[in-house]
Amino acid sequence: MPLPPLPDTAVVLGASASSWRDALGLAGGALVTSGATTPAYTDAMIGMVEEHGPYIVISPGLAFAHARPGAAVLRDGLSVVTLASPVTFGHPHNDPVRVVLGLAVAGVGTHLESIGEIANLFNDPGVTGRLASAASADEVRQIMGASA
Amino acid sequence: MKIVTICGAGIGASAILKVNAEKALSALGLTAEVVAADVASVRDVSDDANVILTSQEFVDAIGETYAEVIVIRNHFDQGEITAAVDRALGEH
Repeated sequence: MPLPPLPDTAVVLGASASSWRDALGLAGGALVTSGATTPAYTDAMIGMVEEHGPYIVISPGLAFAHARPGAAVLRDGLSVVTLASPVTFGHPHNDPVRVVLGLAVAGVGTHLESIGEIANLFNDPGVTGRLASAASADEVRQIMGASA
Repeated sequence: MKIVTICGAGIGASAILKVNAEKALSALGLTAEVVAADVASVRDVSDDANVILTSQEFVDAIGETYAEVIVIRNHFDQGEITAAVDRALGEH
């Protein structure tokens, strides 16, 4: 399975976030809780947007949160956060965000398989909407083809 | 021919663009090297690039280049990416 595992602790459904920082904090928190990263990784994900802007909103309604590999990444990890109310990141075309996908990779090179899976998955424009309305972690895993 | 994809960290958005640009090349019957990189290393990797695919946020930082810079709005829209690659590298 080329996607990193997606245990229940890495899935947060119907969350409330009042800002893009909160939304990224939730995605980062789920990576920490599931054992993939330390809290420093969450700060690094937020730092990417502070430095470069809302480019991580790479398709309508979806933020792809990540930072560089480093000491804050304990193992490859994935997290999914769905938002009860959509959050604006400031992206000119793809706001508002309903789903935040958090990704941590332990090393560059091996992650392209996971990225390829994510690309294939979201090439279907219905996937973000299906994730946004998913009612359980099992349903999220089923949509994504991920294992617990 | 060479396509460079650019994002902040060089492993996320740009890697998605790399994967989808490779699918576009295959669909169009074209051959090109595709390299994903972070915006900090754009000078090092794009000297010999024909095309740079990126997000609006990085256009200013990429600055002057001989490559054609194309902004992709939806990184998962294979139609948008294939049209961009065809426009830049296809025979017309």
